[in-house]
Amino acid sequence: MLNFLFRKLLMIVPTFLGVTIITFALVHMIPGDPVAIMAGERGLSPERHAQMMAQLGLDRPLWQQYLDFLWRLMHGDLGQSLVTHNAILSEFMSRFPATLELSVCALIFAIGLGIPLGVIAGIKRGSIIDHGVMGTALTGYSMPIFWWGLLLIILFSGILGWTPVSGRLSSSFWIDTPTHFMLIDTLLSDAPGAFMDAVRHLILPAVCLGTIPLAVIARMTRSSILEVLGEDYIRTARAKGLAPWRIIAVHALRNAMIPVTTVIGLQIGLLFAGAILTETIFSWPGIGKWLIDSVSRRDYPALQGGILLIATMVMIVNLVVDLLYGLINPRIRHQAE
Amino acid sequence: MTQANAQTSPDNPTTSEIPPAPHPLREVWNDFCENRAALAGLIIIALIIVLALLAGVIAPHTPVEQFREHVLQPPFWQAGGSLSFPLGTDDVGRDVLSRILYGARLSMMIGVIVVTLSLVIGVLLGLIAGYVRGWVDTTIMRLMDIMLSIPSLLLAVVVVAVLGPGLFNAMLAIAIVYLPHYVRLTRGSVITERNRDYVVASRLAGAGPLRLMFVVILPNCLAPLIVQATLSFSNAVLDAAALGFLGLGAQPPTPEWGSMLANARQYVLDAWWVVTFPGLAILITVLAFNIMGDGLRDALDPRLKR
Repeated sequence: MLNFLFRKLLMIVPTFLGVTIITFALVHMIPGDPVAIMAGERGLSPERHAQMMAQLGLDRPLWQQYLDFLWRLMHGDLGQSLVTHNAILSEFMSRFPATLELSVCALIFAIGLGIPLGVIAGIKRGSIIDHGVMGTALTGYSMPIFWWGLLLIILFSGILGWTPVSGRLSSSFWIDTPTHFMLIDTLLSDAPGAFMDAVRHLILPAVCLGTIPLAVIARMTRSSILEVLGEDYIRTARAKGLAPWRIIAVHALRNAMIPVTTVIGLQIGLLFAGAILTETIFSWPGIGKWLIDSVSRRDYPALQGGILLIATMVMIVNLVVDLLYGLINPRIRHQAE
Repeated sequence: MTQANAQTSPDNPTTSEIPPAPHPLREVWNDFCENRAALAGLIIIALIIVLALLAGVIAPHTPVEQFREHVLQPPFWQAGGSLSFPLGTDDVGRDVLSRILYGARLSMMIGVIVVTLSLVIGVLLGLIAGYVRGWVDTTIMRLMDIMLSIPSLLLAVVVVAVLGPGLFNAMLAIAIVYLPHYVRLTRGSVITERNRDYVVASRLAGAGPLRLMFVVILPNCLAPLIVQATLSFSNAVLDAAALGFLGLGAQPPTPEWGSMLANARQYVLDAWWVVTFPGLAILITVLAFNIMGDGLRDALDPRLKR
């Protein structure tokens, strides 16, 4: 197992270096230089421009700049935003909890609904329930989520008036945010109704973001259950006279969950991509909205840092999923060796 | 068909009672037609293509003409609507139906261009990686791993940020983002095929590497690629619309479905029709391609057959 872990870790190093090279190269391929962007409309005299380029180290050869970038990266320095002049790492970290809170709730929604639906569809294969669940799942999978979010707003905020349209908390509440997780912070504060207000703000974005993972998980659970139900040990369990629910819950589900775990792990990257759209629709102050704002403000260091951090997180999650998979299923571990 | 018969009958004397095996393509088509949903998907796609081609004839107005006295007019069945704007008008008085019909043209074009670009380049890279192996393979696959570690829409956003917003750059970005899937798929099939007897036989017969790659091996790797192409067609439509929605794809007044939605966002609570119909068009198109892709996979994948 240690050997397996070590090899997986070793494989991540070149990928990580590759991501740093790509993000570095992309930002340097963007037409126009950072000094000109910072100067904005007013412009700069050529001497002042050259002076600032030298100050920022932008006049040196690219490979030197890259090594410098890598060196600072090792020390946790991702540079400064061109717009706010704050450190990018702290800008990222201050917004990350909002995205994490949203993604976790979306994933809970997707898993909590997707696995039972997939199991039911698998057990009742060919029935109306199966067709209904799979048809809905395929529709959810094909859903343009930026449109889905707008529809949810029309229905639940417009017609029914149940939920607010945007943000994380109504402006009437003033609470401390020690953890930056709104659900936890509102619980810790003694403002009455603040928690429910936060929940009302969270529910539509979470449903919107969780829809595609829900569809993927339901489809995967169904096909995985179908595969497992054909195995010999299920027949043995049936022959022993075990109760049907016990066969499903204990024997089938546990083995069927192995591929589902992988699929759930793969959703993490998709959740970040979906967060860009969801946060834009619901004005959710997270990473996705920050990245899109950075693009439109041409704040390229922020974009670079953000992409790098997200890619690193996706890599780590994939690694953890790989390891868990090896842990659950010894066959994978030995195959790799 | 006669050829297939001649091949099978010597080893199997009972074939005289069994009808001759249908042509492989015919068999795939029959399997495909048995799947009613997939057939429905194909029909809807055909319908969308016809509508897109005939947009100039069917659409009541041009997609950019502004009727200033009919701003935000509801669809015809609601009070205040009229049949001259069947699905209503947007915030500057453009006919929503006409824009959606012309938008179908754009979406089909986006799908075709993106799929062609990523298919051609991806298959080429995958063939090289799988056939040559060694450091070339490692380099290509590592590069694909790196691309896969960045969420696809995010990577597309960055590429568009570098190239500048616009429909063409958005298509290019999406095509780049889809490359790894084709490369992996092709490489995987090439590696299983390259040591098969028929490949060895043609190598011994003196076929050069190019002939082996493109004429001998490639046709036998096509099935999963066709399925992937159908599924990524729908993803291309979806992602192009998403980029348009974020203001990074097609720019106004282009009647692209995603950028129509971006524009309609501010009227979401006042004029539901401006938001609903373009999104519905995206959903129906994507759904039709996904259903057809699923059906194709079932028909082409021999493991799932029977």
